[in-house]
Amino acid sequence: MKKLVNNAEDVTVEQLKGFGLACEDIDVHFDPNYVCVAGGVQDRVALVSGGGSGHEPLHGGYVGTGMLDAACPGQVFTSPTPDQMFEAGKAVNGGRGILQIVKNYTGDVLNFQMAADMLRDEGIEVRNVIIDDDVALKDSLYTAGRRGLGTTVIAEKVCGAAAREGYDLDRLAALCKKVNIHGKSMGMALTSCTTPQNGTPSFELPDDEMEIGIGIHGEPGIMRSKIKSADEVTEILTDRILDDEAYTRNLSEWDPAKGDWVDVEVTDITLQKGDEVIAIVNGMGGTPLSELYTVYAKLADLTARRGVKIVRNLVGNYITSLEMAGVSITLVKTDEEILRLYDAPVKTPALRWGM
Amino acid sequence: MTDTLAGAVTAPMVRAWIEKSAKVLADNRAHLTELDSPIGDSDHGNNMDRGFKAVLEKLPQGDDIGAMLKSVAMSLISKVGGAAGPLYGTMFLDGAKPLAGKTSLTGEELARFFDDAVAGVMKRGRSDVGMKTMLDALAPAAKAFREEIANGSDMPAALKAAAKAAEQGMEATIPMQAQRGRASYLGERSIGHQDPGATSSYLILQAFSDAVEEAVQ
Repeated sequence: MKKLVNNAEDVTVEQLKGFGLACEDIDVHFDPNYVCVAGGVQDRVALVSGGGSGHEPLHGGYVGTGMLDAACPGQVFTSPTPDQMFEAGKAVNGGRGILQIVKNYTGDVLNFQMAADMLRDEGIEVRNVIIDDDVALKDSLYTAGRRGLGTTVIAEKVCGAAAREGYDLDRLAALCKKVNIHGKSMGMALTSCTTPQNGTPSFELPDDEMEIGIGIHGEPGIMRSKIKSADEVTEILTDRILDDEAYTRNLSEWDPAKGDWVDVEVTDITLQKGDEVIAIVNGMGGTPLSELYTVYAKLADLTARRGVKIVRNLVGNYITSLEMAGVSITLVKTDEEILRLYDAPVKTPALRWGM
Repeated sequence: MTDTLAGAVTAPMVRAWIEKSAKVLADNRAHLTELDSPIGDSDHGNNMDRGFKAVLEKLPQGDDIGAMLKSVAMSLISKVGGAAGPLYGTMFLDGAKPLAGKTSLTGEELARFFDDAVAGVMKRGRSDVGMKTMLDALAPAAKAFREEIANGSDMPAALKAAAKAAEQGMEATIPMQAQRGRASYLGERSIGHQDPGATSSYLILQAFSDAVEEAVQ
């Protein structure tokens, strides 16, 4: 293992220290660990997210004006714990409730639910919205369901803008759910990755093979094959996204009337000719930007041929898996509301425009 | 060995169980992480070890079993992370609820602890036996314990039977296809691997059996 670490057990804290020093608009808190906008939130819904570390810039890099109010980083590839979201939620609570954006990984979902229960006991209204946009998985009956990938970044951007426009908690949660069912992603890995704590790769991947349908926690994907060209890889990912049929599953959400977590059936949109989308070509951490542009060229060609129009794009490292080489593609169908909020000014360490 | 000792689990035994669990999980840290590598994300051993170290640091003095187990739950919830944190946390929290203020537990009370713990994990994880999770070790153990108590077995024998059932349940996860947690994403490729969560559950129950056996000897 060749990594810039001091003590493997301390990486999360050391990285947060540096992050705090580098970003002057952001406060970093330790024990429990969370980062939040300096100055807190007044008289609007606060937006909180989080997840395992190792996916930077997600989520801390998206804390700032026009996006997240707080982010809770767990240990590397391990979900944060409820006490982190509890303290972060209290710190940024602006009196209008908290929306927690949660990627669909079992640990994240459970820890954010426990945090929501604890915050509710403090008199703070909380809604959790789950992002599960990974089309690599076909069914949810025999799995933990689709994982959260790049649509998370768009949901955080769009909901961050909406919170500042004054959306109330239920309207903001509804918007976040809309972005989720409008978003589809799929990723692939050329190499595995190594967490500092373990020191050995999370899974073995021979030099001449690639793994299709990976998540972001160093877990293996859904199929493996001999390595293919950039165009072929892009075609596999893009076709799967464009051909993805309406996906129906149950997602857990808080029912204020019942006072309990309930399963709600949710069905995705399918992408149609004439749709306009925001596209992300996302590097997994170890792939150069130049290669991502090669992928974007093919993605633009494939979507144009299917009559799907890319109206905004992000090309770069937005949701990573340590030093893994590979790429994920995300397409989020836009409408007037989503596009307006996406275009609203944002100033965070990792995403900035309009200010 | 007196009847009272054989028939009840005392607060010092519960404390010994918790301490032994911490030791066994530290000893098995690499083993659990190794099991988690092919079907998970290679962190289960690290997380459980970190969690139980925190459990020992915060464990309250005194003989209130409910308070001890609640403290275990809160430490695991705040230190383990992943799915295991909330699931083990819920297990101890739900199990401990009726035990507040108790300084010893009858067989029936301990059987209820196990039943409540299993029910809590099922609800929080939206999961059931046969899905290749910790429940495959916990649920058979709870059932075996209750049967032994109903048949008049003493506490060490009933806990031994529970640990044995957990061990068998853990081994039974090997041919299962995972339906919950990260392993479920592997589909058929999850077959042939022993579930790390079922393994840590077995280790904790075996520690309970060993701690009580040592105490009554």
